[in-house]
Amino acid sequence: MSGLAPVPDAEHESVPIGSNDDVVRARQLVRALAQQCKLSLVDQTKLVTAASELARNTLVYGGGGVMRVGLVHRDGRVGVTAVFEDSGPGIPDVDQALTDGWTSGGGLGLGLSGARRLVDDFTLQTEVGGGTQVAITKWAR
Amino acid sequence: MLKIGDVLLVSIQVELEDQVVLELQDDLAARIVDSGASGVVIDITAVEIVDSFVGRMLATTAAISRMLDAQTVVVGMRPAVAITLVELGLSLGGVRTALTLEKGLEILARRDDSRPAQL
Amino acid sequence: MPEQDTCTRLVELLTAEQESLGAAWVEAVSRTLRGRISLAELDRELRELYAALVEGLRGGGLDWRGDAFGEVRALLAELSRTRARQGFTPTETATSVLAGKDVLAPSEDTSAGDVRAYLHLSKLIDALGLFTLEVYAKTREEIISAQAEQLMELSTPVVKLWEGVVAVPLVGTLDSARTQVVMEKLLQALVDTGSDQAIIDITGVPAVDTEVAQHLLKTVVAARLMGAECIISGIRPQIAQTIVALGIQFGDIVTKSSLADALKHALRRGDAAVVRPGGRA
Repeated sequence: MSGLAPVPDAEHESVPIGSNDDVVRARQLVRALAQQCKLSLVDQTKLVTAASELARNTLVYGGGGVMRVGLVHRDGRVGVTAVFEDSGPGIPDVDQALTDGWTSGGGLGLGLSGARRLVDDFTLQTEVGGGTQVAITKWAR
Repeated sequence: MLKIGDVLLVSIQVELEDQVVLELQDDLAARIVDSGASGVVIDITAVEIVDSFVGRMLATTAAISRMLDAQTVVVGMRPAVAITLVELGLSLGGVRTALTLEKGLEILARRDDSRPAQL
Repeated sequence: MPEQDTCTRLVELLTAEQESLGAAWVEAVSRTLRGRISLAELDRELRELYAALVEGLRGGGLDWRGDAFGEVRALLAELSRTRARQGFTPTETATSVLAGKDVLAPSEDTSAGDVRAYLHLSKLIDALGLFTLEVYAKTREEIISAQAEQLMELSTPVVKLWEGVVAVPLVGTLDSARTQVVMEKLLQALVDTGSDQAIIDITGVPAVDTEVAQHLLKTVVAARLMGAECIISGIRPQIAQTIVALGIQFGDIVTKSSLADALKHALRRGDAAVVRPGGRA
């Protein structure tokens, strides 16, 4: 999918997400950036947790994909944006997928809805058979 | 995994990969049965994030331990981790928690005291 | 008259009597500021501005956004930031700039061409006046947010009441941001002091809304996850009514009417939790 690309190309780093190892690497990369833009400890933790949920979704439900992450600037504020993309089956019912407790694969069903609550900006683009793209941003206070 | 008296102590030090989390859960169940432990303390002082996967592992481990007649106490959860778990919507239902390792051991000791047959 | 000619004429008019026109401007502005800024300072400020304006007209026509007006914008931004910090009103600040219009105001014997030139200058100064106001507003916003931050720091003391008991007395209106800060501080205090009892006293809080009540609830749940218990004390009747009316479930959270009752409860609970081997029978 090549819809919105909120991460500026010049600044972002890409991590393939194809194994459990990659999920850990994605978390570490997001944490490093969160520290770099001086998010509070709580906000760092929220962002990294959200990234962890989404990276696992990409791996488990999307059959693997890629995470792009970078710093973003808006109205004099700095934030961290992470975009998770896969070309998996997509999500047929987005509203349902964003409901607490809904899961298509054995989890608690808190992944998407939980991740959304942990960040400031959350966008989801999905197409049945065409993959899923989730972008999250957390701004420094 | 350390055994102090009849309590198993699991201290999680590294950033956990999902597979490792699942292995830990299996190992722990086996150790409870082998050692006849009556309590398990999982120390997560060093853990920087608990996502729904790790959270579920903690809850499942506690449930399994209970079936094997051992009580689980999770100790040392950081404030940022607790706030994040609440926001995530995860309540760790049924898992006992304590601020520190000592307080966790106290909870388990108290439980032992109340066991009528134990001396 | 083409723009170029207008500018040339304006530069002529402004430079011919720079000294007296500048003085008139300073005079007009100083009247509105009534001595709250020294005449020398005002004189320096406005004459610099005047000179920059002439240079701008000479170099860049009437486009105040252009490069030639960079100096003018910089001076105006500084003027307006200073005024905002010193507590001048927006009107007083804008007047410093707008008063410049009176200086060149046409009289009965002004030629038609000059009147048109004046109209262009008038428009330019209006635009600069608006720019000044924008900077002014922005500066005020910065001041307000800085103060809000300071206030937040000041107004959320977490105190250790007893061995194993911390308390946070909340005073004033709680908004979502402040409640979140309190929550983080309180939870950190539990770790720092090794306390497993926390009291949130809201005697000094006049009202709560849904969001704030939710934050309080989340604090209690987060504290439990860490192995600590919270007591909420000092809930006013109106707040109790609000909470019930909002349909928020406080569930099994312990609430006490006063901080003293809460402390008593915390100590009793703390005792019960610490039964040392060979202790109480």
